[in-house]
Amino acid sequence: MISSNQLRFSYSAQKKFSFPDIHCNDKETLLILGQSGKGKTTLLHLLALLLTPESGDVVIAGKSIKNLTPQEITVTRAKNIGIIYQRPHFVSSLSVMDNILLSNYLANQKEDRLKARHLAEQLGFADHLSKKTNQLSQGEQQRVSIARSLMNNPNIILADEPTSNLDDDNCRRVIQLLKKQSAQIGASLVVVTHDQRLKDEFSNQVFL
Amino acid sequence: MNLFKISIANLREKKLNSFLSALLLTLGIGMISLLLLLNKQLDEQFKRNLKGIDMVVGAKGSPLQVILSSIYQIDAPTGNIPLAEVNALRKNPFVKTVIPLSMGDNYQGFRILGTTPKYVEHFNAKLAEGHLYNASMEVTIGSKVARDSRLKIGDQFSGSHGLDSEGEKHEDKKYKVVGIFQPSGTVVDQLIITRLSSVWDIHEHSEGAEAPAVGEVEHTDGQAHTDPEPDEEGKDVTSALIQFRNPMGLMTIPRQINDNTSMQAALPSIEINRLFSLLGVGIETLRTLALIIISIAGVSVFISLYNSLKDRKYEMALMLSMGATRTRLFLMLLIEGLSLAVIGFFVGIIASRIGLWVFSKSAEQDFHYSLGKFALLPEEVYLFFGALAIGVVAAALPSLGIYRLNISRTLAEE
Repeated sequence: MISSNQLRFSYSAQKKFSFPDIHCNDKETLLILGQSGKGKTTLLHLLALLLTPESGDVVIAGKSIKNLTPQEITVTRAKNIGIIYQRPHFVSSLSVMDNILLSNYLANQKEDRLKARHLAEQLGFADHLSKKTNQLSQGEQQRVSIARSLMNNPNIILADEPTSNLDDDNCRRVIQLLKKQSAQIGASLVVVTHDQRLKDEFSNQVFL
Repeated sequence: MNLFKISIANLREKKLNSFLSALLLTLGIGMISLLLLLNKQLDEQFKRNLKGIDMVVGAKGSPLQVILSSIYQIDAPTGNIPLAEVNALRKNPFVKTVIPLSMGDNYQGFRILGTTPKYVEHFNAKLAEGHLYNASMEVTIGSKVARDSRLKIGDQFSGSHGLDSEGEKHEDKKYKVVGIFQPSGTVVDQLIITRLSSVWDIHEHSEGAEAPAVGEVEHTDGQAHTDPEPDEEGKDVTSALIQFRNPMGLMTIPRQINDNTSMQAALPSIEINRLFSLLGVGIETLRTLALIIISIAGVSVFISLYNSLKDRKYEMALMLSMGATRTRLFLMLLIEGLSLAVIGFFVGIIASRIGLWVFSKSAEQDFHYSLGKFALLPEEVYLFFGALAIGVVAAALPSLGIYRLNISRTLAEE
């Protein structure tokens, strides 16, 4: 479960954002639509605890993040939030398998190879586990980053423009997989995008 | 998965950069380590053979040459001196021992040295088999001679004239091996030792003046002053090793000899110091060069990490967003620098051993000295920590940027 309350953020005196409140229960999905420059990524970073809001609050799995120390914020994020970025990025020196296991390792969780393999099979890249990530296609890379975001059974999955670089087929496939996987682990799925193709896929929508 | 694994994967990802950094470190460390090894072993070799010899007398010429030829058997002798003058030194109250040496022949490049039993006593050479030479033309050979020339007890051989194996052979007179010394790590290992009279016999046969084999072994029961070598008119030796009773000898005798005789006195301690200070310039230059190379290696590690860090900024931000702490990533980068340092150190140490081995091979061929000690030196332990320090500093400086990295901005920028 994730919700926000009167979030405000400013990069400078001229560039100020105030965001509508959002709320997404466990097993629910939420689409946040907005054009470029409306602060989509800023909102996602605020929800992902990568940025600290000027005012307002974010509640993650029932707990407010106000008054948390930076260490506690890091731990909360690692444990509860899976993030999928617009362009999938990886540690380029590591294999696909190790990139997925990295989220276990960095969150101080036990490395679950079985789960990684299982996810790879479900997301359709089981043959590529020992390859380097840059040998994969964009669509495959995006699916790997979905697997990576699921490894710690997060409470919330945040996706930043997960489909904007993908063709229609891959777009539909990635969204279906995202919805299916988040439903399987009972997580809230929040997608931030300007991609109009996703409008029909989500019932709950917020416009920036 | 651990930090070490990620670090190594990162190093492998930038193979050429890592290779260059490690190569430079290897070069620097290898050079310093080789210098340390050579320095120590040359020093040891020189000191061991020098022990107990206070002065060498030989024909006038370069004092360093007298020392090198008489003590270390590596240079040509300066000429001959009359045995009578050498023996006159025994009368001096400051002189404890006089060991006359006579050389000029070799067998397969190993010098044949005519001397008194005092020489063997002085170097404390023990017999491995057989007995000490007794009569003229009998020889006792050093362990290395025995190994390389395959001479056995009872074998006969003829020496060649001169100090390298190319010389004309004395075919008509054959030496006979009667004993083999144990390895002692001194110059004795590489010598064929015989009576003084053998050398005279060989060289005077044309004139038909056979030197009477005056008994010497019978008289060697310890009287230093009456070391009974034939004190014959007209006999020459190459040089003599002198031991003093007390340091007072050092004050007066060399001067006396240089002023009043046809001989010259050379003091090993002074000459060897002179030799080392001459070598020292070269060694100092090489050492400076090695230090410069190591510094460049440090800079190379720094630049390569700095560049790769710029490329990997996003990766770092990503790992931070996935729960990594900045200290953890900093450590990961330190391990990259440290791994290069450790690799450079060990390859460098191995390279220096190979270098020493090659050097030793050629030294053995030219001078019959071996430098075959490959154990780790205590100085190399310091060198190891020095290499680690360079790795740490070179990695830490660019990696401090981790603590300033803005996760959100870095992730949003791409």
